[in-house]
Amino acid sequence: MKGHWGDTLQPALVQHVELTAIAVVIGFAIAFPLALLAHRYRPLEHPIGIFSALLYTIPSLALFQLLIPFTGLTRTTVEVALVSYTLVILFPNITAGLHSTPDEVLEAAQGMGLTRLQVLLRVELPLAVPAIVGGLRVAVVSTVAIATIAAFLLPDGLGYPIVLALKEPTPFKTEIYSAGVLAIAFAIACDLLLVTLRRFLVPWASKGVA
Amino acid sequence: MLADAANLHTFVDAMRFIGDHPGFLAQKALEQLELSGAALGIALVVALPLGVVLGHFHRGSNLAISASIFGRALPSLVLIAAFLTVLGIGFVNNMVALAVLGTGPILTNSYDSVDRVDKDIVESARGMGMTGRQILGHIELPLAIPLLFTGIRISAVTIVATAPIAAIAGGGGLGDIIVNPASYRLSGVLGASVCVMALSALVFVALAGIQISVTPRGLRGTTVIGDQTRKEHA
Repeated sequence: MKGHWGDTLQPALVQHVELTAIAVVIGFAIAFPLALLAHRYRPLEHPIGIFSALLYTIPSLALFQLLIPFTGLTRTTVEVALVSYTLVILFPNITAGLHSTPDEVLEAAQGMGLTRLQVLLRVELPLAVPAIVGGLRVAVVSTVAIATIAAFLLPDGLGYPIVLALKEPTPFKTEIYSAGVLAIAFAIACDLLLVTLRRFLVPWASKGVA
Repeated sequence: MLADAANLHTFVDAMRFIGDHPGFLAQKALEQLELSGAALGIALVVALPLGVVLGHFHRGSNLAISASIFGRALPSLVLIAAFLTVLGIGFVNNMVALAVLGTGPILTNSYDSVDRVDKDIVESARGMGMTGRQILGHIELPLAIPLLFTGIRISAVTIVATAPIAAIAGGGGLGDIIVNPASYRLSGVLGASVCVMALSALVFVALAGIQISVTPRGLRGTTVIGDQTRKEHA
């Protein structure tokens, strides 16, 4: 295994980090304004919710393949699919967080003379942070897992050493275990990072939860 | 413009592939459902009683939370590959790997659904002299059904959607076509992908239908169709 760190595992890990980071950042950049829109115009929320539940049932392997005619065997294909899955997770979590402000709190804020924008920025958004970070945790961990499937299309990410190993007549166990453990460790590391971020952003909400 | 024409053409070819091989595709779809059904069965037998009993006694919330987090962190490809090295290539390896994937949502949701039943209702049932078993059977389980069934549905869709990946480890099913572009070419791969998509959507819709019909009438409005296993607000 030591011999393969430099030529196989390390580049695969770096690619995997890139695949995940791009997908989550773009996914968040799309989901956040959409959620604000759905928060402002409530009737939009339900259709978007059902649409995303259906989108999430599309198997990743099939979605990757179906995008090939449009974007080819490229990283764009992989990212479009990964971004779609993060959207499906992030959107409902962010909207739920924004909706969760208790009515009394909203009334108090209005009573104090806050404008709609001020209510959003100073009351609703801070209260939604735990839900938003919760959504990010699920999105990041799922993306790390789904990104391994990208290896069916491209020699990219931690899935690739595994797919290669499986194609051997007698599968190479070392590749499977080492790349697998790396993928899981990366997912757990991201999760811990986000938990720490939440502690930092909303210290009042972290009592006694893992 | 050229690219657009090429796309359309590819999809027409894919549809033609479906039209030309309906029997073959149906047989592959059945293979996939067989594998998925066996995996879901194992996951149900293991996770459902465990989650319900733990929820009834309000014990082991850590186990339920870890199941949901680890379930998501385990990439299906890694799981399938790892079981292959232990159990060898074929049906059993894939069935076990998919069952492990399906266990998380069922365990988490069956625990949550029973654990979160309104304490006041359980108290009054106990006050009326109901035994623990009666409370579980007549009060907690009926009230738990919407959330509990959501877990089963998520698990089933996850298993069916992941099953094509099992083809790389001899799992059979529609995935056989998808992972073999050398024999079936892009048209076959796309045709099979469309079938895989349709199959997952079908399972989703069928289970959502069952879910609505098994939900007690008083709870119909609360049936959870959205897919958040556990709202991670905490």
